[in-house]
Amino acid sequence: MKFLRMRPGFGEQFIAEGDVEIPEDERALVEEFRRQLDQGMWAAVPVTRFDGRREAEMVRVFDEIPRDTGRVIFFPRAAGGSE
Amino acid sequence: MIIALSATAIVVLALLWEVSMPWIDRRLDARRRKREQRRAGDPGAAYDPGRERRAEQRARELLKSCVNEEEWALYRDLGFLRVWGGQSDPDGPSELRGVDYAYLVYPHKPIVAYLPQTGRLLNEYCVEFPDETRPYGSPRLPDSDDVLAKWMALKGDERRIIAEANLHLPGRQVDPRQIQRDLWRLGRWERERLARALRTGADSQRQAEPADG
Repeated sequence: MKFLRMRPGFGEQFIAEGDVEIPEDERALVEEFRRQLDQGMWAAVPVTRFDGRREAEMVRVFDEIPRDTGRVIFFPRAAGGSE
Repeated sequence: MIIALSATAIVVLALLWEVSMPWIDRRLDARRRKREQRRAGDPGAAYDPGRERRAEQRARELLKSCVNEEEWALYRDLGFLRVWGGQSDPDGPSELRGVDYAYLVYPHKPIVAYLPQTGRLLNEYCVEFPDETRPYGSPRLPDSDDVLAKWMALKGDERRIIAEANLHLPGRQVDPRQIQRDLWRLGRWERERLARALRTGADSQRQAEPADG
């Protein structure tokens, strides 16, 4: 599982990678996940449905991430724009 | 005569000096600030168009890898995405029960909700994804990342992003004439795509027939 983060002036940045079946890797991923959310990020998982349609799921806790997902994308949380 | 002309010249020069001093001061200040920022290692001090282009290129690749092929083609060709609304469930709680609606997603512009059947514009949802760490001096994501963030948020948790957005009537920030034009372009794009798909299907069938026969 890879963690990617969108960055201004950069595009997506690779921030962590690990195998969730390995406990140490999973612990590191959980910590990184929490750190990103603490920094104000939202997390989304791109998914492909059984009919081939691509969708996305927003995840708020690590346990919501499907175990077999390849990547989690972090991006800054939404804020109301131009008043 | 010479004395009078010299005096006039001196007065003119003095006036010009007075007028241009604030401008020169500002320029020198800006230059000094930039030099100091660069010395302090702040990369935001220098705008680098190459970096922004590379960032956008990476963002486009990421967008392409996440959205459906048709959505990617739409963004590539017309510069925006259409995302179908998910609150039109016939048994759902919203006032849009049973009515198909969709959003137009532009980079760094409000999300526009509309009714595809009539083209009627519903609302503008002003939303941003500012990264306050400002790694290169700006909180703005590359265009395609902004579009992907909106797409993922609408697909993954439509209510949440709509709740975070500032709601406005259509026309507040995006010109309704531009949206109508984009809807017309979208319709034409879909018809051409369908015609192309039909042509390709017919060609494949023709090629397959002799082999069958």
